[in-house]
Amino acid sequence: MRDSLGTVRSVLLLGGRSEIGLAIVELLVREGAREVVLAARGGVEETPAALTVSGAKIHSLEFDAEATATHTDTVDAAVDLVGDLDVVVDAFGVLGEQDAYDRDPGTAARAAAVNYTAHVSVDLAVAARLREQGHGALVVLSSVAGVRVRRANFVYGSAKAGLDAFAQGLADSLHGSGARVLVVRPGYVPTRMSAHVDPAPFPATPDQVADSVARGLRSGATTVWAPRVLRPLFTGMRLLPRPLWRRLGR
Amino acid sequence: MSRPTLLTGWGRTAPTAATVVRPRTVAEAAEALDRAGPRGVVPRGLGRSYGDAAQDAGGLVLDCTGLTGPLRFDPEREEVTAPAGTPLRRLMAHLLPYGRFLPVVPGTGHVTLGGAIAADVHGKNHHVDSSIGAHVRSLTLLTPRGEVLELGPDYGDTALFWATVGGMGLTGVITSARLAVHTVETAHLRVDTDRTGDLDSTLELMERTDHAYRYTVCWVDLLARGAATGRGVLTRAHHARLTDLPAPLRREPLRHRPGAPLSAPPWAPTGLLNRATVGTFNTAYYHAAPRRRRGRAHPLGGFFHPLDRVRGWNRIYGAHGFVQYQFVVPFGAEDTLRHVVEGLSRAGAPSFLAVLKRMGEPTPGPLSFPRPGWTLALDLPAASPGLARLLRGFDERVLAAGGRLYLAKDSRADAATVHAMYPELASWRRVRERVDPDGVLVSDLARRLRLV
Repeated sequence: MRDSLGTVRSVLLLGGRSEIGLAIVELLVREGAREVVLAARGGVEETPAALTVSGAKIHSLEFDAEATATHTDTVDAAVDLVGDLDVVVDAFGVLGEQDAYDRDPGTAARAAAVNYTAHVSVDLAVAARLREQGHGALVVLSSVAGVRVRRANFVYGSAKAGLDAFAQGLADSLHGSGARVLVVRPGYVPTRMSAHVDPAPFPATPDQVADSVARGLRSGATTVWAPRVLRPLFTGMRLLPRPLWRRLGR
Repeated sequence: MSRPTLLTGWGRTAPTAATVVRPRTVAEAAEALDRAGPRGVVPRGLGRSYGDAAQDAGGLVLDCTGLTGPLRFDPEREEVTAPAGTPLRRLMAHLLPYGRFLPVVPGTGHVTLGGAIAADVHGKNHHVDSSIGAHVRSLTLLTPRGEVLELGPDYGDTALFWATVGGMGLTGVITSARLAVHTVETAHLRVDTDRTGDLDSTLELMERTDHAYRYTVCWVDLLARGAATGRGVLTRAHHARLTDLPAPLRREPLRHRPGAPLSAPPWAPTGLLNRATVGTFNTAYYHAAPRRRRGRAHPLGGFFHPLDRVRGWNRIYGAHGFVQYQFVVPFGAEDTLRHVVEGLSRAGAPSFLAVLKRMGEPTPGPLSFPRPGWTLALDLPAASPGLARLLRGFDERVLAAGGRLYLAKDSRADAATVHAMYPELASWRRVRERVDPDGVLVSDLARRLRLV
């Protein structure tokens, strides 16, 4: 249960090895969260050091993003472990390389499924639970890559565009239920997942993204950008003529 | 069932959704209890608990304000019997023409009788008269299994009676109560007012003179710094006798004029109450009070419930709402009190409703808040930066001093701390499990603090 000052007790991280996801969890634990479920394929064997020393109870949960039929069970299993889910962080995904996707369309479709349809099923399962418990927040990691899709990573970008739109619709459907959705749109975040792509302007560290999320959760925002400057920047980007965008968006 | 409704406490923080039903009779309440689903049910009164005591996320909330009906005043036995949904302000207005007054009046008249007992509320006379539970002669409790039990402090299931007094609605739904009342000659108080220059003189004056008055309370300026830290305005009062009143008031000495309430604006910007605005208000309030005034006749309503004059005053804290922090520490733990007052003053946390009071004899309720000692209650905007950490630090000091937090005010403490503050929690749970073995009664407060 979220208290009056925004401290939560339990957190479920979908994508239990995501660097951004873990940064968010670590921050919530520093602020007082006592129960954490790290959900990932094969479970999460190695708990990050920052969480081990926190005094919070860390649970590992098997979660296979591609096995969409199991997602309701995954959410139920998390509830069995910690009770009410105060915050759920949906942070799993694959970035991949556009060149490789171009060469192997099958891999591209699989990545798109992980980055979009898997979220549809697990987020709907989470939403059903949050609606039932009458409170809770779902944090969905979208990306500026989905705000305007670039030719350099349009498989990833289009999936994020779908996820972003889905999350907004889900947020509206939960309005008045006591539960809410926070859509997070980070820019370039240097992590293991993005190690192979060229740095982009206005990068944010996972900790900075986590700060933005914590602020958004406290303020009741529906969307946060990390860093904040990306919001006006992308408002402009969206207006750029296609020929210009095409050249920019390599 | 209808659509869920978003509910908060008086602090307007952390809303959760529940289905709300408003029974008009005990039978309807029993029916509603019976319909409670896996997320349980909790009774709610006028929603004046500051935190999450009268919320049940995903479950059922029984709005008990519909449990009203005739009030029965018995002059022989000096008592009044009323349905639990009766607001205390209505009881007060009913009794005054008979020259009778409620034994305990909390800081607002907008609480139901049932809610007042469930929180075992106290008033400015706690040092003399204890809390409301000490004056309840009997109450009727509807249990989750549909039994209607008549309970009193000296007959029937006395353990259940005391588990219900201060039990935050988690032992059943109080449907009516019989309350002892006392005689008054007028609807006025004879008030002495003193301004104190700092915390030490505040404490000293209260300690020295408290016993000589029926009602005492001290407003403390928590934003004053340096030598003025903890300065306050102490008001102490007795019920005015007829001869205390100026001649024009003697003609109708029991006339009660609550006055039409004003309304707070429907919306206020977040941050309206900040260090600068509250500091200015506090300084003005302090200097507007007389340095020393004796024997001023003051109407009851204005003395007990100044804030009831402004309907919806809680809205001025803006969209993020506010938290109330109230603790009691035993006499002798003045250092803890000093630590908190100085900590708030240093942090510049903008609190303009800070109230200091000495408490006397407790009731036997295991979850009842009052204990002999100093109690300090203060409001703070929930959006104040660093507030969670600041208050957690205070919790530790309060706990270490053998003190505790008030459940009806709390919205942010952690379970382990509260468990340590209420060592009788285990015995309370055993009583509760007898009447609610399936755990039907549950609130957000109960979940957050793992009370049940």
